[in-house]
Amino acid sequence: MKALLPHLVLAPILLPLVTAAVLLLLGDRRRRIKSLLNLVSTLAGLVVAVAMLLRVDAGGEIGVYLAANWEAPFGIVLVADRLTALLLVLVGVVGLCAALYAEAAWAKVSVFFHPLFQIQLMGLNGAFLTGDLFNLFVFFEVMLAASYGLQLHGTGWPRVRSGLHYIAVNLLASSLFLVGLAVLYGVLGTLNMADVAEKIPLVPERDRGLMHAGAAILSVAFLIKAAIWPLNAWLVPAYRAASAPVAALFALMTKVGFYAVLRLWTLLFSAGAGASAGFGGPVLLWGGLATIAFATVGLTASLRLGRIAGFAILLSSGTLFAALGVGKVEVTSAALYYLLSATMAVSALFLLVELVERIGNKGEELPGVEPLPAEDINLDDEELPLVGRAIPISLAVLGLAYMAAAILVAGLPPLSGFVAKFSILDAVVSSEGQGISSTGWLLLTALLLSGLAATVALAKAGIRHFWASGGRFVPQLKSVEVIAVLTLVFCCIGLTLFAEPVMRYTSAAAQSLYEPRAYIDTVLSMKALPRMEESP
Amino acid sequence: MEEALALVVGVLGGAGVWLVLRPRTFQVIMGLTLLSYAVNLFIFSMGSLLLDSPPIVAEGLPPDLEHYTDPMPQSLVLTAIVIGFATTALFLVVLLASRGLSGTDHVDGREES
Repeated sequence: MKALLPHLVLAPILLPLVTAAVLLLLGDRRRRIKSLLNLVSTLAGLVVAVAMLLRVDAGGEIGVYLAANWEAPFGIVLVADRLTALLLVLVGVVGLCAALYAEAAWAKVSVFFHPLFQIQLMGLNGAFLTGDLFNLFVFFEVMLAASYGLQLHGTGWPRVRSGLHYIAVNLLASSLFLVGLAVLYGVLGTLNMADVAEKIPLVPERDRGLMHAGAAILSVAFLIKAAIWPLNAWLVPAYRAASAPVAALFALMTKVGFYAVLRLWTLLFSAGAGASAGFGGPVLLWGGLATIAFATVGLTASLRLGRIAGFAILLSSGTLFAALGVGKVEVTSAALYYLLSATMAVSALFLLVELVERIGNKGEELPGVEPLPAEDINLDDEELPLVGRAIPISLAVLGLAYMAAAILVAGLPPLSGFVAKFSILDAVVSSEGQGISSTGWLLLTALLLSGLAATVALAKAGIRHFWASGGRFVPQLKSVEVIAVLTLVFCCIGLTLFAEPVMRYTSAAAQSLYEPRAYIDTVLSMKALPRMEESP
Repeated sequence: MEEALALVVGVLGGAGVWLVLRPRTFQVIMGLTLLSYAVNLFIFSMGSLLLDSPPIVAEGLPPDLEHYTDPMPQSLVLTAIVIGFATTALFLVVLLASRGLSGTDHVDGREES
């Protein structure tokens, strides 16, 4: 069992990659098998992630996989610690729900949905796992390339228009990524994250400015991905236009930007970094606060539910960065809990957007889409047994799910959104000691005001969709769609009920982030397996 | 050598940024391409710039950057070129779709009035 961990670390990348290849080979005809394979593979990914989480949590062990058996500074390493395992589980849960939801209709719109979906999962998992900066770039590009395809899924003018902007912005971000990477390599002579962290205190004074510039340019690439103000004008139109399951999956992508900053900032510029310790912290804090302010204004101004969900993503991004910028272990720990709750809540909201907008439009299944191929042209006659059964109590279920998602996003009691926000506030207050600093007050105010704005915006949209239409047209929901949304909501409820063990876990994860010695030592001391002796 | 490379990177980068900020999709894609050239050359310059030295440690000479070229930036550039080329090609497809759907080559899909 001991020998399993290194290989378990590789599984979240290999599994979707192989699945995508098989899905491509299956071609156009065998849709039912493809759907099933997609779901099974995503579920298997979740199981692997949970297994990894349990293993990593048990002894605080850090799993390291040496690609092609090259030792750390020379080869690419994959590293699974508490933070990575947690995010992999999150990818698994959200991915599974999005895949399930897509089976109702969206997966049938084009042939390449399933392979792209799996490649996207691979990019996400890879970005969370890799311990090498250039490999991080590669996984970013894998993830983005798949996301370009998925964003355009369903075609239509709004998607192409926002997709054009989305791709252009991300290509620019990739250029910045490469420039930052190159400068860091030029100064430090290494790309392995652990090795970079080891070298930072040794940088001579005359090169320190260059190294800081490189790190700053690199982080701009991540901040664009994480949609920090003023680099976030692309997000709301692109996510609004994307189809519901894709948008739910995209909610994860902004978190990759946050993860990259969290990982690199704590690794490179924590207390052990000598003269560079804490570099850029105020920028993260103020950027986060500005994003919260922007999202608050955006939420208040939005009428369409899709835009509200987009601004809710910005809000979660801003909150995460502001909390990270405080630079305290307790606040980061609370932020990690918030990350789980907010991502699942916003994903649920994105899935709900489409269902809710079905109220009041009769029969039209997917508004804003080219008509689906007629049943007898492309589709198999046999459907998944669950698909297509209308639920009579659909409106009630929808209303309750919407209410839960709204409560979660706005951070009202009693669900996990409230627990998360409260613990961030509590950590900010208690970690400051006696008096709270002005930025602490600002963060408190921003969090509370943004919660109010989210409540008002979601209530407004809820009234418009649920009450103003008078319930005349009962929306046609399919079981898989409802199951997907309810799974996310119940996961959040589970997060509320088991807040204590989850918090203990995130606190351990944050602790090890701010004391990266164990991470660096484990990665750099990992020995390659001895060469296989040729048998005589 | 350094001056020439710096000038090339600067000119390509500057032209790229200017083009990316233009309103026509074709200009934007040309700008992105020029920018990726600039970035690739920039990565290349991060290894030491040496003429006539292979990225191989020769026998008898000490293995430092005086005597051989760092192979790492070269391999990074190779990967970056491939990825940049692929994503730019993908962007080209979206650009054409946008041209077809909107009937204009303005990045917002409508002419400024």
